[in-house]
Order: sequence, then structure tokens, then C-alpha cells
Amino acid sequence: MHPAYSVILFTTSSGAGYGLLALLGLVGVNHGQASSLWFGVTAMLVALGLVTIGLLSSTFHLGHPERAWRAFSQWRSSWLSREGVAAVATYVPALLFGLVWSGLIEAPSWVAPLGIFTAVMAMVTVCCTAKIYSTLTTIRAWNNRLTVPVYAAFSLATGALMLAAISSLFGRFQLFQVIIGVMLLVILIALKLAYWRAIDTNPRNHTMEDATGLGRIGRVSQWEVPHTSENYIQKEMGYVVARRHAAKLRRLVILLLLLAALALLAAILAPAIAILAALLAAAAGVFERWLFFAEAQHVVTLFYGAKAA
Amino acid sequence: MTSLPPPSAKKLGLVIDLDTCVGCQACVTSCKEWNTQGYSEPLTDTTPYGADASGVWLNRVHGYEVKEQGQDQSRIVHFPRSCLHCETPACVTVCPTGASYKRAEDGIVLVNPETCIGCKLCSWACPYGAREYDVSHGVMKKCTLCVDRIYNENLEVEDRQPACVKACPTGARHFGDLGDADSKVSQLVAERGGYDLLPEMGYKPVNKYLPPRARRDATNQKAEALPKPDGSAFDRLFVWADKLLSGKQATVRASDLDHSSKLEG
Ligand code: SF4
Ligand code: SF4
Ligand code: SF4
Repeated sequence: MHPAYSVILFTTSSGAGYGLLALLGLVGVNHGQASSLWFGVTAMLVALGLVTIGLLSSTFHLGHPERAWRAFSQWRSSWLSREGVAAVATYVPALLFGLVWSGLIEAPSWVAPLGIFTAVMAMVTVCCTAKIYSTLTTIRAWNNRLTVPVYAAFSLATGALMLAAISSLFGRFQLFQVIIGVMLLVILIALKLAYWRAIDTNPRNHTMEDATGLGRIGRVSQWEVPHTSENYIQKEMGYVVARRHAAKLRRLVILLLLLAALALLAAILAPAIAILAALLAAAAGVFERWLFFAEAQHVVTLFYGAKAA
Repeated sequence: MTSLPPPSAKKLGLVIDLDTCVGCQACVTSCKEWNTQGYSEPLTDTTPYGADASGVWLNRVHGYEVKEQGQDQSRIVHFPRSCLHCETPACVTVCPTGASYKRAEDGIVLVNPETCIGCKLCSWACPYGAREYDVSHGVMKKCTLCVDRIYNENLEVEDRQPACVKACPTGARHFGDLGDADSKVSQLVAERGGYDLLPEMGYKPVNKYLPPRARRDATNQKAEALPKPDGSAFDRLFVWADKLLSGKQATVRASDLDHSSKLEG
């Protein structure tokens, strides 16, 4: 699948934003009000900023951004619609939580319930995004039970490193942030490795013979494409990265995540390194998302010369 | 509404005969011609006369080479591909806006160009590559089963058929109600063993494909071997004359041959 940069930016940025939002909600449940107004306001602005940049960039790739509101209507059948509804709905508890948690509005008893509500809505939104991909039976690499867990783990891990980075700026870096961050990174690495293993071992059992139905006569190969230059289908669905190149990028993703974990540990000695950890994880996120698209083969490629899918 | 309607009794669709299709592209061009002026906005072409011409087409004809067991010569099968108006199409249910829908009355799958936001998700959900995004209008396009012809009372009765069906010079495309077991198309499917594309995907296509018939004897025989050069004076004379006359061209032909031999393997 063609890796569209707007979609990569959208999913990584909003993923980190929702992860941060969810963790801030839990921090609120555990610690009550933020320790300072500025820390609270900054953390909320970063979280909602990342989410909003992501949502805006996802509308840029639409043919008709001005009609985007229509996407809220089909939540009964469409995960994309559900994602839109959940994304917008999350703003309500998130903004209220931001106000009471940061201390802009004095209502300590509301911090915990709003924190839980925000955390749940944030993760629901991330899972809806992942469901858009995991429910497409036309793309084997996505139609996988690890797609949703990997999206959720990425969101939480990048969010946790964001939290550590912001805390370090305000002199509020704490050991529990390191523990949570490293744990999430380890879970993420394990899930991503399991995902790659799953897509590598999953048999590509649709063939060109099946697609054309001509297997009943004999062995099929492409003789002539229907047009002189690449069409939409080939550009959008025909993109597959070379295996060797993909293997290199996979190693890079894991390396960046490991370095992020090391940087987070080093931040125990010098908290400012947490910022580096967050940047490393964000970079890993971008490469991972690029691969998620580039490694995914669409079944329609069978009509265009692919032997199996 | 992108939730699917209850299954309709009437299932309009096409039956495509892979035996008689000669790959002339008449259906392709007539489809483009009719649909560029009808139902939705025009089917745009970008740089149609430039080096990288591309455009939106609702119907495309592939060519496949099929190597039968025990045959020396493979056969070419021309393979038209357009929307199959599936009975349970995910292209409809994934649509967030309701722009994609399946008609309850006859099962035709359409896109409303007034409400489509151009998110392209439906094209990802179609296993058959039947949906093409129109960059210049920012909306998705697909075969309409010529809904603006088949019910069009301004047309003569015999013209109330899809443009592609009317255009086909060999009668390889048939239009009708596949929900009615007694219809001509259903009988044709039963008689010729019409089949679904990728049935295991579970989309339940309405359109059916009729397989190429078995070869007749004449085409079964091995190609007669060309006489081999025997190295005689005559042969050498011809080789010399050939070189002299063809010059550069000979190398072009040789590379063509290389190309075709690659496709064989
Ligand atoms: S062929 Fe594709 S576009 Fe047409 S109904 Fe089936 S899934 Fe949808
Ligand atoms: S491109 Fe248009 S028709 Fe297709 S899913 Fe998006 S809104 Fe629906
Ligand atoms: S039925 Fe109409 S829209 Fe569909 S392929 Fe034929 S000519 Fe094109």
C-alpha cells in the first residue's frame, strides 16, 4: 500500500497525543490535581495539540475536506466513522479534565472521574483507528489480530515518553515514569516482533489463478496490462517495499525503540535526556508506520501480475 | 446509508464471456464515453496526450497468458474487469459518509458524488480494483451498471442496456437479472459453468465469468516447426542479404523476442 505522508503523520502524532492524554488521565486519578498550573496547562496543550495536528492532517488528504462532517454519520457500519465520532467526543472529557486537573478550575473531586473518562475515550479512539486497518480482509498484513494491540502499545509508549519529557522540563521527572515508559517500550517491541513474525509466516494463499478463476485451465501469468501507464489502483495499492529494504527498516525501528529505553534509563541521572528518548520513540513511530503501509500487499495486485497475495 | 439493505430479489449484473472476448477494448471506450457525460462528473484524464497519461476508467480489459497442462502453446485470455456489484461488499460498509450504497431494489452499488469526501477507504476494501479515485473531482468513481441507461425511458427499449454491453462486437457481455433463475443470463451461467471471482473473499459477486471453452483440435496441435537453416550456399546468401537489408532493425526484433520469452517463464 502506498504510504501517504499525511496518514503517517496523522496516526503517529494523534497516537502519541492520545497516549499522553490517557496517561495524564491516570496520573490525575493517582496523584490528584497537577503539581503546578503551568505543568498541567503545558502537558494538556501538548496532548491536545498532537491530537489536533493529527486530526487536521487526516482531513488534508481528503478529496473534499469541507464535507468531512459527513463522516460522523455512518458509525453503525464504518470504523472510520466511529473513529471520527470518538475523536471528537474525546475533546469533551479531555478539555474538562484539563481545566480541573491543571487547576484552572478548582474542583478536585472531579479530577479522578474525568481522568478515567478521558483515558478510556482516548484509547477507544486509538483502537477505532487501528480497526479501520485490521478489518480490511483485502490486506492480509493488516487483517491480523496484532494490529490493534500494536497501535495501542505505540500510542501508550510514545505518550509515556512525552510525559517524561514534559515532566523533565518542569523539574518533575520521577522514577515511576521511567518504570512505566520502559515497561511499555518492552511490551511494544515484543508485540511488534510478534506482528512481523505473524505476517512473515502467514501463507500468501490467494493466487493469480484464484483471482482470475483461470486456474481451472492452467497456469496464469500476466500478458498485457489494460493501460499504457500506471493507474490509480497500481499507484495506491501496488506499492510494496523490497524485502531487503524492509528488513533494514525493521531493524532500525527496533534499534530506535531500544535507544529510547536506554535514554529513558539515563534520564534517571540527567532528566533532560528524557526529551531525547521521546524524540527517538517518535522517529521509531514514523518508520514503523511507513513500513506498516509499505509492507502491506493488497489482494488486487493479483490482477496486475502478482503471483500470490 | 452504508449499512447493507436486506438482500434484494432482483440482482442486476453482467455476465462476461471469456471465451468470446477478443480484447478489442470497445466496452472500455464506450463505457468511458457514456459515463463521462452522464450520472456523475466527467471521468477525468490527466495529461491525456503527455508521456504519463492516466485517467479514470470504470472498466478495464486485462490480458492473461494461460499455460495449459500438456500443451506447448499457451493461450491468451482477455479479461474485462469492472465492478461486480457484490451482494455483501465491504466497499459499502466501510464508507464513513453514506456516499457508497447498495440499492435495495436491484442491488446496484453506487457512489453519491455529492456526499463522497474522497477518503478512498472504499477502494482499499474492494478486492477487485473496481473503484478508481478521481483526483480532479476529489471523489470516488465506479461502474454504475449504467443505471442512467437501463431505466432511461428517453432511450429506445433496445438501448436500455449498459453501454459496454451494447458496444461489444462479439457479444461477450450480457446484462440481466441474476436473481431470477429463469433469466437468460442465469441460464447462460448454469449452462456454461459461470463462476465468481475470489469467492473465498466472501463478497458474493453478482457478476459472473464464463470460462473459455476447451480448445478445438486445430489449435491443439503443435506449431509446425520452421525449417532449420542447413548451412547451404543458399542459406548463407539469405543470411548475408538479411544482414545487409535489415541493419539496425534486426537488433530491435531480437530484443522483442527476449521480452516475449521472459513472459513465458
Ligand atoms: S466489485 Fe468492488 S466496488 Fe464493486 S461491489 Fe464488489 S467490492 Fe464493491
Ligand atoms: S471515498 Fe467516498 S465513497 Fe469511498 S468510502 Fe470515502 S466517502 Fe465513501
Ligand atoms: S455497465 Fe456501464 S458503467 Fe459499468 S462497465 Fe459497463 S458501460 Fe461501464
